[in-house]
Amino acid sequence: MSKISKDQVKHVANLARLAITEKEAEKYSEQLSDIIDFSEQLNELDTSNVEPTTHVLDMKNVLRKDEPKEWISKEDALKNAPDQQDGQFKVPSILD
Amino acid sequence: MSLFDYTIKELQEKLNHKEITVTYLVKESYKQIRETDDEVQAFLTLNEEEALKQAQELDEAGVDAEQFPLFGMPIGIKDNIVTKGIRTTCASQILSNLDDPLYDATVMTKLKNAKAVNIGKLNMDEFAMGSSTENSSMKTTRNPWNTDYVPGGSSGGSAASVAAGQVPFALGSDTGGSVRQPASYCGVVGMKPTYGRVSRFGLVAFASSLDQIGPITRTVEDNARILEVIAGQDEMDSTSANVEVPKYSEALTGDVKGLKIAVPKEYFREGVDEKVKESVRAALKVLEEQGAEWEEVSLPHSKYAVATYYMIASSEASANLARFDGVRYGKRSENAKDMMDMFKLSRSEGFGEEVKRRIMLGTFALSSGYYDAYYKKAQQVRTLIKQDFEQIFEKYDVVIGPTAPTTAFKVGEKIDDPLTMYANDIITIPVNLAGVPGISVPCGFHPDNQMPIGLQIIGKHFDESTVYRVAHAYEQAAGYYKEKPQLGGAK
Repeated sequence: MSKISKDQVKHVANLARLAITEKEAEKYSEQLSDIIDFSEQLNELDTSNVEPTTHVLDMKNVLRKDEPKEWISKEDALKNAPDQQDGQFKVPSILD
Repeated sequence: MSLFDYTIKELQEKLNHKEITVTYLVKESYKQIRETDDEVQAFLTLNEEEALKQAQELDEAGVDAEQFPLFGMPIGIKDNIVTKGIRTTCASQILSNLDDPLYDATVMTKLKNAKAVNIGKLNMDEFAMGSSTENSSMKTTRNPWNTDYVPGGSSGGSAASVAAGQVPFALGSDTGGSVRQPASYCGVVGMKPTYGRVSRFGLVAFASSLDQIGPITRTVEDNARILEVIAGQDEMDSTSANVEVPKYSEALTGDVKGLKIAVPKEYFREGVDEKVKESVRAALKVLEEQGAEWEEVSLPHSKYAVATYYMIASSEASANLARFDGVRYGKRSENAKDMMDMFKLSRSEGFGEEVKRRIMLGTFALSSGYYDAYYKKAQQVRTLIKQDFEQIFEKYDVVIGPTAPTTAFKVGEKIDDPLTMYANDIITIPVNLAGVPGISVPCGFHPDNQMPIGLQIIGKHFDESTVYRVAHAYEQAAGYYKEKPQLGGAK
């Protein structure tokens, strides 16, 4: 039986860029283990010769002409930004 | 009789004969919303000023339903479809301040070109993750048939609004049943088109290989009319298919003679309510009397669909929702000291329980060392589920079963138990995994709680025409579309 430990949960939370509390880590450990256990039923099936389906329709490399087009202005792009400066998105410092 | 008991065709005739105006129609919609939305709680944002202005312009321009197939028709839009200049939140706190989106989804452009009038934005489970609309971070939508019950989800606001007669039609989106299941719970018609049929450009992505936009309406005919407007290839969505869009409304001949129906025994297994089964069997009898034939078949991999779906959908969601980072739009945490903090706190404060759970599950399934065991395995089982349908469709025209195992449940009943909530989607999920079209049509009421039951009709890839033809023939013979809920305590 797969059990997802609290440490694993914390690792995954970091990958997903989620801040979680100790209590949440415990809860996710239980809930994710339950869901993973539930999904173990897929191992009843032998899929060694089955191609995975990533897309249901048979289409490949759909391309359109690479032409420059009017889309949105810089001003519009910044309209919903939480913070901005000099026409650019502003974020808190990356390094101390 | 309410104005919205009429079909699009009938409403347009009334416009043509100057019995009504577009302004009158639009005002009627807002009047219904004001009278019933305290109870139903379907709308998140109203577009009243803009809609009335547009109505006036349409009235001045004069009716032209030939050129503009949805001329003057009021419509409600699920809040995960991007509407230029109209708040679009996905019922999430992280987008609760997105008041001025920069562009229109392709379906919105198409609706505008057809001269439909956007009444407002409808509640949903946050980022379309849920089956009851209880995962909305904004409000709890109620089922118009009995407000103790959920409307289903995730397009619960869309289905409830149409059922309550607030708008005659709405758009929803369906990733694992999110149009069909709420349509079933609310006694209206909901279509999930073939994957690739409708452009996903501007539909905020949940699971990109499964998501489709679909119409929710009172009648099959109206549903067909809306799909024929919003369908078609779009250069902004490379997964939209280059397949001609037929006039679905012309497929509604009422003729099902010789139609071959497959009825999967797996759709009648334990967990499916006995009365739901009885209603579906009665519906099959109605179709049989009209000359269709049905046989029991097996879709042997159906029972693996829920586990397959939650792996694939959560994995895709974890990637899609990475874009909500507090940098370019949406909410940024005020408590962040550095950039990493800003990502983590903005996301933790902005996303609700279910969304975080699925991001966690998906990130786990895609993480190094687990990818093959979980994500790839699920994609392989997806192939088997798809092949089940391909084999059945070699011999049969449509697959029929219930839409959901039960009728609507009560608000609060299942919210604390993710796996029970997920099991609710067991009959709708295989359709998304296979990418085929499916519709839910009302087929009766449960004798114990008087809540609506839905019949699901599933077709071949890009054969929405047959699905609509069968749904329409059944609907007209059965007549449940004439029933409507009594709001305002007059049950």
